[in-house]
Amino acid sequence: MPASLADLDTGQKARILDLRLQGLERRRLMDLGFTPGTEVEVVMKAAFGDPIAYMVRNTKIALRKQQAEQIIVEPIS
Amino acid sequence: MAGCQCTQAAGCPTVSGNFTRLGINIDNYDFLIALAGNPNTGKTTLFNALSGLRQHTGNWPGKTVVRSEGAFRHHEYKYKVVDLPGTYSLLSTSEDEEIARDFILFGNLDCVVVVVDATALERNLNLVLQVLEITDRVVVALNLMDEAERKGLYVDARKLSRELGVPVVPMVAREGKGIDQLLQTVEDVVTGRLSTRPRRIDLDPQIEEAVQQLLPHLKNLYPHLSNHRWLAMRLLEGDRSIEDAIRNDALADPETGSTVPADEEIPELEAALEV
Ligand SMILES: Nc1nc2c(ncn2[C@@H]2O[C@H](COP(=O)(O)OP(=O)(O)O)[C@@H](O)[C@H]2O)c(=O)[nH]1
Ligand SMILES: [Mg+2]
Repeated sequence: MPASLADLDTGQKARILDLRLQGLERRRLMDLGFTPGTEVEVVMKAAFGDPIAYMVRNTKIALRKQQAEQIIVEPIS
Repeated sequence: MAGCQCTQAAGCPTVSGNFTRLGINIDNYDFLIALAGNPNTGKTTLFNALSGLRQHTGNWPGKTVVRSEGAFRHHEYKYKVVDLPGTYSLLSTSEDEEIARDFILFGNLDCVVVVVDATALERNLNLVLQVLEITDRVVVALNLMDEAERKGLYVDARKLSRELGVPVVPMVAREGKGIDQLLQTVEDVVTGRLSTRPRRIDLDPQIEEAVQQLLPHLKNLYPHLSNHRWLAMRLLEGDRSIEDAIRNDALADPETGSTVPADEEIPELEAALEV
């Protein structure tokens, strides 16, 4: 069972493997820097874990939990 | 030289030669330029240095959602400059993106200055490539070169320029460094002395064929626009905002009014709108 970005804890790092999205939604996340191969770190979670702030390519970007669940990652220990 | 009105701690950016900040005196300009780029790359800092106005800089909650306008004179030309909202893309999935995109697409710009963060090029070049799909009158302002140096990063501006096919000017906007060269480069582009060869991504042959089928119809419908290829690509991608703009006649020439005859059907266009 592969992990998604939403499964990670604050401070944890992971590498993006795939985006389970198509069309404009996929493009939108890639424009924000979430491309396969990119390293991401969880910097902050709001109450109830939504939204979640990530450090990606030198910039903090917040995603809705529902979006983060579609980004498949491999945790980096 | 006009009195400098900025109050930044770093002092007044110095610009030599025949340069005057004109504030909001934007009537009768010769050329229209816009500052585009990701958030926090120094667009407003550059805008203030050029116009003498004092728009908010830095990370503040209000953000630039509306565009600010100002003017300056350099050599014999008067320029109107527009500070666009910061965006990571021109897909128009937010209000900011829509403002920036519509202005780049339909604003009749003489030049787009894309301000990029030299410390985060990989992220910033995504927007540069999107702007290059729309227009070839582009100058890249490679800003925050002081930060890059502090982090031990060396960016080869000449090589970057060769790869992008448009001029790249290294800058430290907060200290006014590079503004002289930026203005000279912008002048070369707007006057046509310098022609660019923007790097564009090759399309899959099948998609290219579909684009070619749409092109003549879009050219016919919107002779006043210059970015038919970009429109065709967005239609094939299923971009709702462009589909709506075509259905609602929002792309029609304001001078001549409606361009889509109500009773005329264009099968290729209809097909693209159906996808
Ligand atoms: N070190 C450094 N900081 C800069 C430079 N240009 C702008 N800044 C700072 O970067 C921050 C964002 O600048 P701003 O003009 O608001 O960026 P905008 O979001 O693109 O309009 C501000 O704190 C500026 O003072 C520069 O060349 N070097
Ligand atoms: Mg700004």
